[in-house]
Amino acid sequence: MSQGSQQWPLWEVFVRSKNGLAHKHSGSLHAPDAEMALKNARDVYTRRSEGVSIWVIPSEAITASSPDEKDPLFAPSDDKVYRHPTFYDIPDEVGHM
Amino acid sequence: MGETHSLEDRFQAFVEAENKVEPKHWMPDGYRKTLVRQISQHAHSEVVGMLPEANWITRAPSLRAKLILLAKVQDEAGHGLYLYSAAETLGTSRDQMIDDLLSGKAKYSSIFNYPTLTWADMGAVGWLVDGAAIANQVMLCRTSYGPYSRAMVRICKEESFHQRQGYEIMMTLAKGSPEQKAMAQDALNRWWWPSVMMFGPSDDNSPNSTQSMKWRIKRKSNDELRQEYIDKTVAQAEFIGLSIPDPELKWNEETGHYDFGEIDWTEFFQVIAGNGPCNSERLAARQKAHNEGAWVRDAATAYAAKQSARQSNPSKQTHAA
Ligand SMILES: [Fe+2]
Ligand SMILES: [Fe+2]
Repeated sequence: MSQGSQQWPLWEVFVRSKNGLAHKHSGSLHAPDAEMALKNARDVYTRRSEGVSIWVIPSEAITASSPDEKDPLFAPSDDKVYRHPTFYDIPDEVGHM
Repeated sequence: MGETHSLEDRFQAFVEAENKVEPKHWMPDGYRKTLVRQISQHAHSEVVGMLPEANWITRAPSLRAKLILLAKVQDEAGHGLYLYSAAETLGTSRDQMIDDLLSGKAKYSSIFNYPTLTWADMGAVGWLVDGAAIANQVMLCRTSYGPYSRAMVRICKEESFHQRQGYEIMMTLAKGSPEQKAMAQDALNRWWWPSVMMFGPSDDNSPNSTQSMKWRIKRKSNDELRQEYIDKTVAQAEFIGLSIPDPELKWNEETGHYDFGEIDWTEFFQVIAGNGPCNSERLAARQKAHNEGAWVRDAATAYAAKQSARQSNPSKQTHAA
């Protein structure tokens, strides 16, 4: 095997499917640099006009929350019911609010 | 139930509740190993699967047919990539998987060890081989491992064109001259049984299947998928006036399914063991392609290194960006 490909970093690919929408994670690929990552992403993730814009980001630049922290990280928002509109009783006569 | 649940029990309850497992979640070793094996084999199948069709790209009967075949083969390369990426999320490296394929250690679908002898084989492969693959892949869209499931959703979106273009080729030949129709029938004769075998050994001879179903990796058994495939395909063959090469094939009013003849499992296991008509040819073609592409990979690596050296040395910076 060639040594070359062993070194190629992993990139995460995000595609904006149309203007007005956010970029969404599509998948990943290996490439020697950002330019090639972008070209490869175009070939593998947008062969059927799936996008109008592509981001590629080195996978190692992403910091992810750990699933073990799921409770401490997300639970606090569960008991703040007053953050939801349905927490408040507004008489029907007031109309849509 | 005891007060403490083992990690395995919690995992089992998690998948049974139709939750998706993501890369950073705890999972049993066996689950991880099964997935790495299955997903990488699946990826290899997509990659090796390009070879029997690539055989006809330069000899496609029209520019239209050539463009379609090129697009299909390119899709299969993409499918390989999606699947290698999904397998990598489980901690196995791309290079390891490629090495295993090239050294002959890894398995891929035995269907691709059959030769594509005539243009009609492009029809039969798209219709039958992609058709069988789709049946399996539609099921796998609901697999419990998130990255695998997402790869399958993407793949399924692209697959239906593959089957339709193949059926179109068969339909055209079946409506053509007697020679063309005979060519289509001959392709169906040769591809029918291998495609039926693509679903793997029957359930009572497929020990890993039960555990895979329990983990929700697989959602249907080999025999269930095979039956669905046969039921669907028979009508498609009838529609274009071709006959399925199985004298025992018969509609069963009671079960609402087709009964079919005995599958030659000896052939199946022979091909898996490396004794199919094209096993060594396929591997040699992969190795050749990999070796001949080495200079491109090396050049890309060298270029990237040069660019990044330039960027870290401002006096020579080109401001190209
Ligand atoms: Fe595919
Ligand atoms: Fe396909």
